[in-house]
Amino acid sequence: MERSVVSGRIWVLSDKKGELIEDIDTDQIYHNAFLHITEISEMGQHAFNNLGGWKDFPQKARPGDIIIAGRNFGAGSSRQQAVDCFVSLKVGLVIASSFGAIYFRNAVNSSFPVLICAELEEMVARRILETGDEVEVNFQTGEGKNISKAEFFKVEPMSAVQYDIFKAGGLFRYGKLVS
Amino acid sequence: MGKTVIEKIIQDHTEDEVNPGQVVWMDLDVRSARDFGGPNVVRNFEREYGDTPVADKNKTFFTFDLCVPACSLKYADNQQICREFARKQGIKVFDVDSGIGSHVLIEEGLAQAGTTVVGTDSHLNILGAIGCFGQGMGDVDITYAFKTGKTWFEVPKTLKVLIKGSFSLPAAAKDLTLYILKELGTKKAALQAVEFYGDAVRNLTLSGRITLCSMVTEMAGIIGFIPEHDDSLRNEMERLTGSGFSTVQADEDCLYSGQMEVDINGLKPQVAIPYSPDKVQDVSQLKGIRIDTGFIGSCTNGRTEDLALAARILKGKRIKQGITLKVVPATRRVYEEILERGILEDLFRSGAVISNPGCSGCAEGHIGLTGEGEVQVSTGNRNFSGKQGKGKTYLASPAVVAASCLAGQIISPEDL
Repeated sequence: MERSVVSGRIWVLSDKKGELIEDIDTDQIYHNAFLHITEISEMGQHAFNNLGGWKDFPQKARPGDIIIAGRNFGAGSSRQQAVDCFVSLKVGLVIASSFGAIYFRNAVNSSFPVLICAELEEMVARRILETGDEVEVNFQTGEGKNISKAEFFKVEPMSAVQYDIFKAGGLFRYGKLVS
Repeated sequence: MGKTVIEKIIQDHTEDEVNPGQVVWMDLDVRSARDFGGPNVVRNFEREYGDTPVADKNKTFFTFDLCVPACSLKYADNQQICREFARKQGIKVFDVDSGIGSHVLIEEGLAQAGTTVVGTDSHLNILGAIGCFGQGMGDVDITYAFKTGKTWFEVPKTLKVLIKGSFSLPAAAKDLTLYILKELGTKKAALQAVEFYGDAVRNLTLSGRITLCSMVTEMAGIIGFIPEHDDSLRNEMERLTGSGFSTVQADEDCLYSGQMEVDINGLKPQVAIPYSPDKVQDVSQLKGIRIDTGFIGSCTNGRTEDLALAARILKGKRIKQGITLKVVPATRRVYEEILERGILEDLFRSGAVISNPGCSGCAEGHIGLTGEGEVQVSTGNRNFSGKQGKGKTYLASPAVVAASCLAGQIISPEDL
């Protein structure tokens, strides 16, 4: 499979009403109590430790899983750990309605794929995307497919810079390629 | 086509063409890291670049402000990792005695109008208060900035916000800020730069500008600027830094993504209720909510003017029995000023706990946390669930926090 196409089981970050949770901040993703940790391998166990209803995510997640999140995902602090905790769990991708600006950069720089999908709320409301579905997404064309439900959707393709850094394997490797 | 403030600053730091949506490679005048993020930067740097030098040691700094002096072994280790790297590289460290990094960069004249500054503090866009493009970034970005002096950045759109009307005590800059946050929410300014105009913001002092610009982060914005200012700000800045001051102005024919107005006439003290900074109400709607703790400080409200505002209310009075008020000056310079002006004594005699400068309330540990069921009223900028412990945090101005600590409940100073 091409590196620009990933597939995996999705987790829809929804509340009790089944709606996508908005404004999930970095303290909910990775609480400041664990900021002293500098080993990526130790970070995964604390992912969503402060997000009500999702504290058992590290136990449930499998490598390659895809997270579906609401508007302004990763608001708040600049902590790289809020991205690295998903790298640690080998999560394959986060798709959100939108991201906090710093969070988005951090993900790009870590070569962790993040994609924006404006229609996410509607798709979740219409149950086109449900936790457990198997989904495939192409980063370059923006084509998404829910394999479990035989439904198709579009995400914003990666920008040229995002894709170049992603393809290089992160900002450091990219920097060495261009200098 | 003319340029907005952010477009002008970025254009001054890149060869690339600057237009909203364009990704450019930008030169950085200052690169900094804190005691959080800093050790990760050191680890990244040594792994990727070995023993090689940073791009420019005179433009690279560590600012310790989160857990100062270290109250856990991990932070102690992390600070030492940064110190040793700094010694090896010849980098200046603003150590645990200095205070909040963003404020120190302003006081030291390192962050200046028209310059670009990055660091591992998501409120570094506070520097917009003096017309500097400050931006918080993660440790990978900052490592790369240490090594190359550059970063990639997508030029944001700019939203123009006109503040109509004026405000006066008991309403303060924090109330103006919370009211604007209520109006803009986390959507209207999301991922954009904001330029604030109008008499109410033009007349703001440095302290008030910092308060407003700090919370553009909570509006999900990139940075806020207040291009217009009066002579008193220039005088204040020149006295503080010992060098000249002038902000960057937008071109008349620049292109904004939109313009909106916020009418603040009749502004009352505002309070953000748990657990979101944009859930803002008039203080009168919350009157009678019992509190346990007050906190005055943070990068949003930790300057001399903020502490003076609280001291005016507390002077000669005693905090209600059973209530704790924690006060944390933003920097060592602020500490010196409140000492010299008698503000420290007024706060102390009212019963407040006054700690050394730093981030304190918003970081874990430095001046304690809230326990389950505890209700705190704070001058900080975030009241997310769990951020400052298990308790509930209300956000307000230094005046409202001081008054509430006298009354034992959320109250406007005029109702004391």
